Amino acid sequence: MPLFALVGFLVLLAFGRRIGDPVAGWIGTLAIAGSFVAACITFAGLSHLPSGAREFTQTYFTWISVGGLHVNAAILIDPLSMTMAMFVTGVSMLIHLYSIGYMKKDRDYSKFFVYLNLFVFSMLILVLANNLLLTFVGWEGVGVCSYWLVSFWFERDSAASAGKKAFIYNRVGDVGFLLAMFLVFSKVGTLNYLSVFANRHVLAGGTATAVMLLLFLAATGKSAQIPLFNWLPDAMEGPTPVSALIHAATMVTAGVYLLCRMNEVLALTPDAMWVIAIVGGVTAFVAATIASAQQDIKKVLAFSTVSQIGYMVLAVGSGAYIAAIFLMVCHAFYKGLLFLGAGSVIHGLEDEQDLKRMGRLRKWLPWTYATFLVAWLSIAGVPPFSGFWSKGDVLTNVYAKSPALWALGVVTAVLTGYYMSRLFFLAFYGKDRWKDPVPGGAAHHSPHESPWVMRLPLVILAVFSALAGAFDLPWVHHYDFASWLAPVFAHSLYLDHEGTVAQWVLATIDAVMAFVGIGVAWHLWKSKVNRPELERKFLINVWYWDDFYDTVIGRPSQSLARFCAGVVDARVIDGAVNGAASLVRATGSQARRLQSGYVRNYALGIAFGTAAIVVFVLSRTWW
Amino acid sequence: MRVALLIASASLHGGIAMPHIAYLAILPEIVMLGGAILLLAVASLVRSALNVTVITVSTLVISLASLAAALWQFFDVQSHGAYTTLDHAVVLDGFSVLVTVLVASAMALTALVGDGYQRREGLAGPEFNVLAMVSATGAMLMGEANDLVIVFLGLEILSIALYVLAAFNRRRAESGEAALKYFLLGGFSSAIFVYGIALTYGATGTTNLTQIADFLAKNVVVSDGLLLAGLTLLLVGFAFKVAAVPFHMWTPDVYQGSPTPITGFMSAVAKAAGFAALIRVFVSSFGVLRVDWQPIIYALAVVTLLVGAVLALIQTDIKRMLAYSSINHAGFVLLGLEAAGALGKVGARGVSSALYYLFAYTFMAIGSFAIVSVLGGRGDAAHEISNYKGLGKRQPFLALAFAVLLLSQAGAPFTTGFWAKLQVVAAAVDANSVPLAVIAMVSAAVAAFFYLRVVLLMYSPKKFVSDQEGDRLENLDASGDAVASTSAREPLWSGSGRQTALVNELNATLLLESSPETIEVPDEREGDVVNVPVLAVVAIGICIAVTVGFGVFPAPLADFAHKASLLFMP
Repeated sequence: MPLFALVGFLVLLAFGRRIGDPVAGWIGTLAIAGSFVAACITFAGLSHLPSGAREFTQTYFTWISVGGLHVNAAILIDPLSMTMAMFVTGVSMLIHLYSIGYMKKDRDYSKFFVYLNLFVFSMLILVLANNLLLTFVGWEGVGVCSYWLVSFWFERDSAASAGKKAFIYNRVGDVGFLLAMFLVFSKVGTLNYLSVFANRHVLAGGTATAVMLLLFLAATGKSAQIPLFNWLPDAMEGPTPVSALIHAATMVTAGVYLLCRMNEVLALTPDAMWVIAIVGGVTAFVAATIASAQQDIKKVLAFSTVSQIGYMVLAVGSGAYIAAIFLMVCHAFYKGLLFLGAGSVIHGLEDEQDLKRMGRLRKWLPWTYATFLVAWLSIAGVPPFSGFWSKGDVLTNVYAKSPALWALGVVTAVLTGYYMSRLFFLAFYGKDRWKDPVPGGAAHHSPHESPWVMRLPLVILAVFSALAGAFDLPWVHHYDFASWLAPVFAHSLYLDHEGTVAQWVLATIDAVMAFVGIGVAWHLWKSKVNRPELERKFLINVWYWDDFYDTVIGRPSQSLARFCAGVVDARVIDGAVNGAASLVRATGSQARRLQSGYVRNYALGIAFGTAAIVVFVLSRTWW
Repeated sequence: MRVALLIASASLHGGIAMPHIAYLAILPEIVMLGGAILLLAVASLVRSALNVTVITVSTLVISLASLAAALWQFFDVQSHGAYTTLDHAVVLDGFSVLVTVLVASAMALTALVGDGYQRREGLAGPEFNVLAMVSATGAMLMGEANDLVIVFLGLEILSIALYVLAAFNRRRAESGEAALKYFLLGGFSSAIFVYGIALTYGATGTTNLTQIADFLAKNVVVSDGLLLAGLTLLLVGFAFKVAAVPFHMWTPDVYQGSPTPITGFMSAVAKAAGFAALIRVFVSSFGVLRVDWQPIIYALAVVTLLVGAVLALIQTDIKRMLAYSSINHAGFVLLGLEAAGALGKVGARGVSSALYYLFAYTFMAIGSFAIVSVLGGRGDAAHEISNYKGLGKRQPFLALAFAVLLLSQAGAPFTTGFWAKLQVVAAAVDANSVPLAVIAMVSAAVAAFFYLRVVLLMYSPKKFVSDQEGDRLENLDASGDAVASTSAREPLWSGSGRQTALVNELNATLLLESSPETIEVPDEREGDVVNVPVLAVVAIGICIAVTVGFGVFPAPLADFAHKASLLFMP
């Protein structure tokens, strides 16, 4: 499976520049399509087996064997990894296709697909790896691809620094991953998932909590949760397909995947689960409030992503892994669709991202409008779209864990309906504000609909967004998502699909909340463009998180760095290094005098050396 | 000894009693030496001079046949275990097989590199390859000798051919000088070595390694002065061959003067053979006396590591630099040998780490010298390090290959050099020689500096560096003394941007590092783009493939080295 992506990457790396636009894009897409087909075949093969036997380890070669550490390059195929692989390759394939149109005429066209293919390869390594170390390789691989792709237009200062920001926030999380790995290895002596699970009793107690919290730190970095969430909005500087693929559908869910993968260890530690649940819930809420005040269409979507992943994390913390994965899959469809739709809008308006400068686009971009509509209803949680089922699943489980967190989730659901509708109305309804001239610039031309390579993925994703809920309907008991994934999550707290009264009530509340959010937004934003009282500075500025980091960490470490550079480095370290270097040099120059070039001196050296050793040896026997 | 006695007794009693010979044990040697003699005979019998291609191809065939024989031996040893033959004078075990494989591969690679060299220098005739093959035969013999006399025989076969090869380029005076120095000092050290054999024989009554070990195991030598002196002299003989300090002084001169492909061959094969015999003799025969020889090896390792690294820093000639680096590498192998003195598993780990190091070093060294040889240009003379400036622009592939090999020598991860250093250092730590391991790491850090200096030089923008250098030279000319050159540096340090200042500083360090010569000899000329022979590319490619391949997947090679140390028959 990953092989196709790797081959695509290598081919494009070697010949991409020569092949150029648009063939390079097609090659990249075909490579991912190959991965997708391979994933489908494996998936089909796996689903024919009885549910207990759906677990394979395919070992390719021994990667590292040092002392007690034996790491194989091996993949683990089970329902969880296959689910991930399926939707990663599927969504990637569509987004590759879309990019062929979106990146047209870009200077570094082929380079874009090089990175994109490498990203998919890394992502597949991440989800298929059978041990923590190999997962970490994929983890770092997607991290670095994300860095390259965010700063793809590196001539822009903001893009370059956004890339750096993404990278640094992720590195902070990676430290957690590494420490967790060291801890697991020191206790269990292996990094293989199945062996770790088999010996998980060793970890019971404080160790499990420590391991899971460290891994959760890694997850907060990759999946943009509090406290490491603020890189994601900045990452929107990348090309829109990148935002769709990496920063909505796939990479940012890696943290959730990791936590689900380690569910057997997580089950040992209720404390860590509480932390995870609370952080997830709070993130979901905070990000939703911020999303309701942003002007940039992509930033709204970015905070919405953070909020939705917050739901997933909340689900994981509540032990509802299946619900988390279910939401992840549905989210990949509708959020990918939202981003691609936004990309289509941006493309149509020639790189305009400001919501206040859009309006009435439904007339001009009918395809985009129709598909966006589906995505909007989905994410807002309107039945019977997929968002309703998956979010409902999460909230039902959260209610079982803690009604307080459930309440927070419901408030967030209202907010979700609200900010998505605000975006939708501002962009597609109202007046043709893009006709107004920009202060100091000209008005836009009439928007144009995107080419078919961009529309096709929109339509496909719209179909899935609408219908994905059918994977896991509450009244279906066989061949559904839950029983498919159940073997992986032996310790899941997942509620049974019994249609109890409580569940029906909860579901009704969800649906009502979605309509409340939409209704409020309709009332407020249908015709108005500016409502400063609802767009508080506090929200626009992301609760001043960035300023907080800047003051508490940024500035002091800058002064520290300046101090280090000016005093410590220049005086102490350079002094020591230069001192050592000149010492070595001086010694060398002196020693070189012995190297006279005369054979007689060399022979003398040998004779002295021999004499010295003989004297040494014999002296030992005499004393 | 025994053979001589046998012949003497046979002449008394009439008829010669031949010892039983298992021909497989000496098959690689037979193929190598027989092939060499056959090639020489054919070359002298045919009327017209043999063309270089024919000679190279036949050398390759012979080397690969010898390699195949060695692999056959490997499977034989795997299934039947180790054994001795030729009246216990020769032993076939995993250890000897590894050395044979290594030498045969080195020979094949040298033939590939030598082809282009001979064409460029206009050296016709088969002698170059024939002598190298004879030398390789000697090296193989040293690897499987189980008798001090056979060790000496192998040593001399190896060395005498190398003396001639060092002088091979008759048009270069340095070549002759190198050969003469090597010959005189080599003769001196051989004499010491033979004296060592004599003293050992006097003390134990035998020259057979197994019997020496038996003798020492069964008898407690009360007055062991004779034995220890013999041991010391043997050690000196080996230390000379592997270029351990203070018996290293010939190395830079000889490496610099010899034809470059031969330098590569010499550094790989002579070192491997010398260490192989050294390890076998000391670990298997003198294992009982480890308390006596371990401190000596310890001390030799320390000075070898440090002197090699420090003196390499100040070289301006790439071949001299690599010569000192090879001394530094010898120090690392000594680290493994020191650990090999320990008992049981730890000792076995020491042996396998030393073997691994030798294997890794062989390919790094031959590859590096192959590149140096190609870049040497006609006359094999352009070896100033400053010539490598801007190589990354002129010949990107060659520069990349050299960078990889140098990084491997420095011990960068994902190369065999890294695993090799890791293994010997780990072995030393296991053997409780922590201070030695620390010294090794320090020397590796120093060594990294001079390897990286070359890499940096290859990739520094040519114009920029030469501008800086030009400025300094102008200043130097204007004021005429070195003080001005230091004051001219001031503006660089307080340069406009921090970044530029840093780069300047680096360059300044670089240029100053390479001793006053670099400043006195301005090398402004654009280096010519040299023509890279196809066979040399193949050789370099193989070296890189081995270095990086086994660097990324270290398991098979480590396994091989491990097996070689397990099958090692004391």
